[in-house]
Amino acid sequence: MKKMRREPATKFKKRKEKSTESSQGGGMTRRTALKLGAAAGVVTVLTSRKSFSLPIGSPPQPPPEPTVCSPNPTHSPATTPFVQALPIPPIARPFKLSPAPTKSANLAAGETSRADHQRWEEFQPQDQYDFTLVPANHTFHPDLGPTYCWTYNGIYPGPTIIGQYGSPALVRFHNNLPVDHTGFGSNTHTTHLHNGHTASESDGFAGDFWGPGFFKDHHYPNIYAGYDTFGGNGDPREAMRTFWYHDHRHSFTATNNYRGLNGMFLLYDNIDTGFETGNDGQALHLPGQYGLYDIPLNFTDKKFCPSGQMFATAPDAVPAGDKFIVNGAIQPYFQVAQRKYRFRMLNTGPARIWTFSLSGSKKFILIATDGNLLEHPVEKDSLELHVSSRYDVVIDFSDVPIGQSIYLSNIAPQFVSNAPEPLPDPNVNISNVVMRFDVTTTAIDHSVVPDTLCQYPDLNLNEVVTTRIWNFDLVSGQFKVNGLIFDANRADATVKQGTAETWIIRNKLPASGWTHPVHIHLEEGRILSRNGAPPPPEESGRRDVYPIRPGEEVHIFLRFREWFGKYMIHCHNLGHEDNFMLVRWDVGTQTSLVTSPVDSAGNPNPLAQPNPDPPILSKLYNSKGVVKA
Amino acid sequence: MMNRRDLLTCHVTDKSRPRASMGPEFYTNAELHTHEGKTVRFYDDLIRGKITLINFIYTGCTKSCPRSTGNLAKAQKLLGDRVGHDVFLYSITLKPEEDDPDTLRSYARSHGARPGWLFLTGNEYDLTTIRFKLARWDHPMLDFDPDQHTGMVRYINDSLNLWTMCPTHATPRQIAECVSWVEPTKPFGDRLRENYVKQAEIDRETRQLEPGRAAFRHAQGWRT
Repeated sequence: MKKMRREPATKFKKRKEKSTESSQGGGMTRRTALKLGAAAGVVTVLTSRKSFSLPIGSPPQPPPEPTVCSPNPTHSPATTPFVQALPIPPIARPFKLSPAPTKSANLAAGETSRADHQRWEEFQPQDQYDFTLVPANHTFHPDLGPTYCWTYNGIYPGPTIIGQYGSPALVRFHNNLPVDHTGFGSNTHTTHLHNGHTASESDGFAGDFWGPGFFKDHHYPNIYAGYDTFGGNGDPREAMRTFWYHDHRHSFTATNNYRGLNGMFLLYDNIDTGFETGNDGQALHLPGQYGLYDIPLNFTDKKFCPSGQMFATAPDAVPAGDKFIVNGAIQPYFQVAQRKYRFRMLNTGPARIWTFSLSGSKKFILIATDGNLLEHPVEKDSLELHVSSRYDVVIDFSDVPIGQSIYLSNIAPQFVSNAPEPLPDPNVNISNVVMRFDVTTTAIDHSVVPDTLCQYPDLNLNEVVTTRIWNFDLVSGQFKVNGLIFDANRADATVKQGTAETWIIRNKLPASGWTHPVHIHLEEGRILSRNGAPPPPEESGRRDVYPIRPGEEVHIFLRFREWFGKYMIHCHNLGHEDNFMLVRWDVGTQTSLVTSPVDSAGNPNPLAQPNPDPPILSKLYNSKGVVKA
Repeated sequence: MMNRRDLLTCHVTDKSRPRASMGPEFYTNAELHTHEGKTVRFYDDLIRGKITLINFIYTGCTKSCPRSTGNLAKAQKLLGDRVGHDVFLYSITLKPEEDDPDTLRSYARSHGARPGWLFLTGNEYDLTTIRFKLARWDHPMLDFDPDQHTGMVRYINDSLNLWTMCPTHATPRQIAECVSWVEPTKPFGDRLRENYVKQAEIDRETRQLEPGRAAFRHAQGWRT
């Protein structure tokens, strides 16, 4: 375990020098380190110059659960900014699972109960991964020392899974969380791949969690949506590329994620190849490759005890963090060359809405929202990133002189405590800074950001068979949707496989005391309008998280394809979903025409929403989904 | 600086206190009055070593509380003998100036509360302190308005310091089932058996759904 930790503080200066050295040509580069990658069930960590592999069959002894400070400290200890290089989560390496994965749950081998994998024969998993949920120590900052976390394969954030469209994958999630667990979080768990086009039994449904000692295989066919009707691997225009996996255990999602249970999952194809060169006609040649110029940025905020332990006490209340953390490091620096980089920005919560901006009048070139390429890149001075949302941005450092730095700040109101030194740029407020980009060198840049990145799939409102209304509300001090409380055993709507619907999502008073980032599983949607107005360019692409601000009403176009079973629409503020702000809906063979018709006892729901007739919102939109003037 | 362990040894004489518990330093040991006319200490008498379900009501609340209290009464029935033995229900008033023990006693009786479920009042400062520790929205507009108080039940297993919550307007079955979320992890053998039982349920459901799904896809002419 010790070897897997990042280096202690005392070695830090030395390491900084070394990494400068290596990026200038000598020694091992990140590229080499990445090639070594991570083996399954075993982890390789990118420290400075070495990567460590632990042998299979000798699992490290997980650390014991700590005694954490109580009550909630007013603030975390001070930490010096920019003493850590940005960690890059290692790539998960495929692994031949034993026993081999099976269509039906392998109960005898310790798999938890589940429905049979749908279309198993059609999408035989080629890439298999072994993930183990296990406690481990992680150092968020040398000033704080190691702290107890829950991790996938011993590291936080978890290893990055990199796959290809057309190459089905399967991940075996072993739950090795402590059986004698006390305090914060739950040792039962389920993993959701956000937002995989996956069958229900592999979706990590919030009610289907499993305890220590069991494993579960999640089958990720890595097909484009539209497979049934489009041929090939599905409709390539439906490609989603930046995913994340995370714990989705009902009522413990905030705590289990705060403890560290999340990581990234990327898919490439012959359009977004991950490489900047190549003789492939359709390839975009965006900045690549992973870990070099294609960089994941997992943002979260946490609070720490005076001892340096992560504050995790009042057992299910996740604190508002006062430390900005990127890929597991507090206020890191990242050495860049004078060229373009692709950053995959992800907000892993628990609740903060980040508003990012760059110093030196630098702009973000937004190329993808929630992992889906925009038709045309959009230049933005600031970006509002809601929980679970992803933004793929390109930042071009080519005009920044060597030796200068660009600061990434969160300009939304927040609270951070920091050591006063070192002083950054006089125009930058250090307590707002999330990370620093140091331009240290030059590099060749073959990458391009074309004016047209993709073509959206047809948005045809003539396909719409019905319209549903989801009123997100706070009634009697409880989050309800259409007047009902979430029950994992009750579906509030059934959509017919292969059809399209328009969904109206409303954030009603007094729930509208908050912005609710509403997430829909299974499929990406298109925003038709927000409060009657057509979406701005950055919201016109395919999304899976729809921030609904106080009092707002958003109309969405969605198709439901390929898979059957139970899925969810829920608020992705992790605290709110833990407070039951979720709805189960099913994909079946018929369309239910009343939404939320009955409560769990089967009694009629007075706030049931009969689907508006006619189903197409024809007064508001033309058949292409454009708001009528 | 005094760490948590020192705090425990310095301030707690009772050796029976669970190791994992956050103790009276967190919960307070405020003096509360029960609807049965007894005076109790919040941590020592109500929380220590127990599994507790706690919600906040006031007897004059006509909007949400009657349904909440009704659901808890049904959940109490579902939990059976456990209530009063290892599981305890507490409904704490939001308006101590209106709800004295006598008022709470008639409220409890009218809702059919049985032994093991206490209705509690006390000093307003203490009650607000407890409420802000156990059940708040972290939203001042809502937390200071008694009519917007959270309608969640807070579950605490003090021995393991496990917490969860459930809306009081969920079904009594859900409210009762959430108790298992704060219970110690069962022996593996027991969970293995439960896993087989659950698989049988899933298989039964699949057998019902599968023919219709297959016929549907066949009729669409889709690859299967």
